[in-house]
Amino acid sequence: MQTRRQTLKHSAVVAGLLAGTGLFPRYALAFNQGAFDAKSIADAVKALGAAGAPAQSSAVTLTAPDIAENGAVVPLALASTLPNVKQLLLLVEKNPNVLVSVFNVNESVEPSFATRTKMGQSSDVYAVAITADGKAHYAKKEVKVTLGGCGG
Amino acid sequence: MADPMRIRAQASGDKATVRVLMSHEMESGQRKDASGKIVPAWHIQNVTASLNGKPVFSCEWGPAVSKNPFLQFTVKGAKAGDKISVTWKDNKGDTRTDEATVS
Repeated sequence: MQTRRQTLKHSAVVAGLLAGTGLFPRYALAFNQGAFDAKSIADAVKALGAAGAPAQSSAVTLTAPDIAENGAVVPLALASTLPNVKQLLLLVEKNPNVLVSVFNVNESVEPSFATRTKMGQSSDVYAVAITADGKAHYAKKEVKVTLGGCGG
Repeated sequence: MADPMRIRAQASGDKATVRVLMSHEMESGQRKDASGKIVPAWHIQNVTASLNGKPVFSCEWGPAVSKNPFLQFTVKGAKAGDKISVTWKDNKGDTRTDEATVS
């Protein structure tokens, strides 16, 4: 009989092994549950196969409001001018699960996307570009959420 | 089957900007209902798009994308009259595809 704690521990070990071997499925239509379960930005970026810590870069742009009146609908746009970008990620630092969205970049789309996001509270928002050589570059912006407020 | 998507694709030069509004609950899995039970997550996981049948775009979404999601992306090499089709798939296996013409 396995306790829940043991089961959780085992699945964490297996997930770690998979990530280590690079067999973690991270291609189109293979939903990357591990990355979307990540609780920190470093974990999420690592689960998507980036090597090393993300570096701040002016080649990545994040367009976000300074103040979001409604945390349920925060319009965010991200773009990158780096060559060989493989993926663009959108992350909200203080959400329960930080990863919002992964955009796969290929030669037929511009590395520039926009969507709307839920934010639980005021937080830093990160746009991360992962290049083909596994390096991660990011831009960040603080967004203040005034739920139920008059919007300042 | 969910409601249809609203897709707008506008060509400018050799690119087309595609804007999509999907109709989906995007339940986050964090909310509790009146009896204190957690409402299970129900959200779109994959969105893909193709231009004249050729896949051009894909993305993965977590539950933090807003309800009735909006998405904008730019396809290279698209011109007026081309067909853009967008497909989403959610974590309950439900899927929907809609098509629009680039104008």
